[in-house]
Amino acid sequence: MKVNLVPGYLRRRSFPLASPPWPGGVERPPVERRTGVDFDTGWARRWGVRLARAVVLDGVSRPLVKAVAQPTIDGLDRIEGLDGPVIFAANHASHVDTPLMLTSLPERFRHRTAVAAGADYFFDKRWKGVLWAFAINAIPIERVKVSLKSTRLAERLLHDGWSLVIFPEGGRSPDGWGQSHRAGAAFLAVRSSLPVVPVHLEGTRRILAKGRTGLNLSTTHVTFGSPIRPRPDEDTRQVAARIERAIEILADEQATDWWAAQRRASTGKTPSLTGPSSGAWQRTWALGEGRRRTSPNRPAWPKL
Amino acid sequence: MSPRPGFVLDVDRSTPPTLFWHGENYRLERLPVGSRVLYPPEPVAALTDPDGAVRQALVEPLGDSPPLPELLHAGMRLTICFDDISLPLPPMRRPDNRQRVIEAVLELAAEAGVDDVVLIAALALHRRMTDDELRHALGDRVFNAFAPNGLLLQHDAEDPSALVHVGTTDAGEDVEINKRAAESDLIVYVNINLVAMDGGWKSTATGLASYKSLRHHHNVRTMQHSKSFMDQHRSELHSSNWRMGKVIRDAGVKIFQIETTLNSDTFPSQFAFLQKREWEWSAKDRAAFLASSKALDRTPSRVARSIFHSIKAPHAMTSVQAGEVEAVHQRTTEKVYEQQLVPVEGQTDIVTMGLPYICPYNVNSVMNPILVACLGLGYFFNLYRGKPVVREGGVAILSHPTPWEFNPVHHPSYIDFFEQVLAETTDPLEIEAKFEEDFATDPWYIHLYRTSYAYHGVHPFYMWYWCAHALQHLGGVIIVGGDPKSVRRLGFKSASTLVDALEMASDIVGRSPTITHLHCPPLMIADVT
Repeated sequence: MKVNLVPGYLRRRSFPLASPPWPGGVERPPVERRTGVDFDTGWARRWGVRLARAVVLDGVSRPLVKAVAQPTIDGLDRIEGLDGPVIFAANHASHVDTPLMLTSLPERFRHRTAVAAGADYFFDKRWKGVLWAFAINAIPIERVKVSLKSTRLAERLLHDGWSLVIFPEGGRSPDGWGQSHRAGAAFLAVRSSLPVVPVHLEGTRRILAKGRTGLNLSTTHVTFGSPIRPRPDEDTRQVAARIERAIEILADEQATDWWAAQRRASTGKTPSLTGPSSGAWQRTWALGEGRRRTSPNRPAWPKL
Repeated sequence: MSPRPGFVLDVDRSTPPTLFWHGENYRLERLPVGSRVLYPPEPVAALTDPDGAVRQALVEPLGDSPPLPELLHAGMRLTICFDDISLPLPPMRRPDNRQRVIEAVLELAAEAGVDDVVLIAALALHRRMTDDELRHALGDRVFNAFAPNGLLLQHDAEDPSALVHVGTTDAGEDVEINKRAAESDLIVYVNINLVAMDGGWKSTATGLASYKSLRHHHNVRTMQHSKSFMDQHRSELHSSNWRMGKVIRDAGVKIFQIETTLNSDTFPSQFAFLQKREWEWSAKDRAAFLASSKALDRTPSRVARSIFHSIKAPHAMTSVQAGEVEAVHQRTTEKVYEQQLVPVEGQTDIVTMGLPYICPYNVNSVMNPILVACLGLGYFFNLYRGKPVVREGGVAILSHPTPWEFNPVHHPSYIDFFEQVLAETTDPLEIEAKFEEDFATDPWYIHLYRTSYAYHGVHPFYMWYWCAHALQHLGGVIIVGGDPKSVRRLGFKSASTLVDALEMASDIVGRSPTITHLHCPPLMIADVT
């Protein structure tokens, strides 16, 4: 015998208990998007939410990042005299980059910084938007095409005194090498006449590379560079090039030392972060050279 | 995004049930496949700076009028007249358009050193407004400055000493209006034009007139030849008022007309579903509908009425025009049409209407059966331009509980009209000939009109005349869900359900009638071709 557990009145729901049907003769209007760049993150910057996020950031994220990424932070003295708002532009290799960046920022920036996040990845579903807007104060940025909405939101935030973390590469590195920079950070800097602080993050790919799911404990280095202020005669492309070059110099500095990096920079021999433009295996091969791939905690030579 | 224009929906099998107002409640009714539903246009954009727009209108008038500051000077007599409680519907949230405009006018008057200023509520034969209602319309600043000093008056159409006979029109119509206004150096008339019928010369020639003057256009013949009131050029009511306006102007009465229009944002957000198309109702709208309609089913009508009458509409000003009467009114009418016109092709056999809890004459009061008839057949039926929505000989189906209930303070003569006059005949012409004079001159009704808050003794007659065009045009009127006794007294047929009403209508219009439903309010005007 078939037993229906759901009462009849619930099974036969019709309007207005259920959604109304759409009349056949009426053209459906385009669905109003509430995801992607149209996701509203204004609520995430209200005082109550900021307070909750500050508690999570300082109480949960910082200890966690410290445990997982064991960061060494350099160059804070370069931004000592700097007060917000500023644009932090960093290289991007891992999901760990964002929490590492946020937890590494001086306190005067840490709780008043938004993160530019790919609208197509972090805001494609409402629950994801809510999660990332709350957790890292993410704002949706269109990275596939030019979006006035994204730009205006970012500009408004900067104008309102919020600092912004941007990864100019537009996404995580697929193979360990950096990707060429997009002009978003430079564009905002030129438009808003605000300084860009280049930041180099090293070691996060070892913790969680793109396409991996498990976390590996490793050490990381965060190096803050000197603020780059757009000059009146500079256009967006030139500023973007300066930012990219500054991060390359920071990477070189981290891999070698400051003096060596400066000398190479002065002669135009700073290694590129994007790697050789050769075949895939050669890029992978080249990646292993001259770079710290092992944790200092791991013995250099196996115990025999 | 610009607001969507009005819309004619052809009902098909996937069309959800349609909202019908039913007095102090609403229902969802399923219309037969093939019916049409007329949806009003969405609210047009409000003025971003209404106060700035008012100031600009006063210094840049329309027509051949000089700017208001040039008309104001020390030592002059200035009378500011304004529309009464019948506008807008529902009453709008503060600040009311009247407050904005009158404050701006008074600021200019003060700058010009005008001392002799009187404000007059242009009641015609309507009931007087209470202090609270005046305060709401004019705002605290104006009310506190004028009311305690006896400078805030309400037009008294039965005070011979306060009326003056201005002249007679070519058609032999007496023009008798408020003396203080007529003898002022300048009348500033402040309108709220909710529908195309309002404003123009009707403001002064009707709002400030006496019974002696009003009877020339508030009669059965005029109403039957006004097709419709919403189309000034085909309205005998307006022609008569315009003739009177010419007499007023020729008599040297200076009028600076200020007209304001509103958008159709009629209900506050918690009742947003009332002005949405049903297939666009969100879960919140459906929940609000279910919760409110079920609660209202179980609420005593007195409580439900007080809930609804406490609603203040979020209407917003969409335009303001000032200057010479006709130039101003022409622009205003365009603005009203811009908000309310819905193009409709062809007439229908049956028109259905859900009647709400309010009409111009029962603000903060009871919607008695005569007002139900007036709202359905006088107002909603006349919401057309060109041709009526329903064909000649067609049927109007109204949805309203039509209780045998009256407010004895506001509508004393209505009770006697309903009990005595309609019991004898419902023919407007016969009623006019046999009964009007007695009611209009009854000293008790006049006393109540002048000293209490009662509509004039003749007012229920005018309500019935208001229906005259529809009664002449229609083959039958059916009220769904109405009190059968009241409905019979009105001379209409009563039906329990819409299905029954449609079945009854088929006796008049045949077995396969075309049906059109007016999804009102918000208000619209069907532009029928």
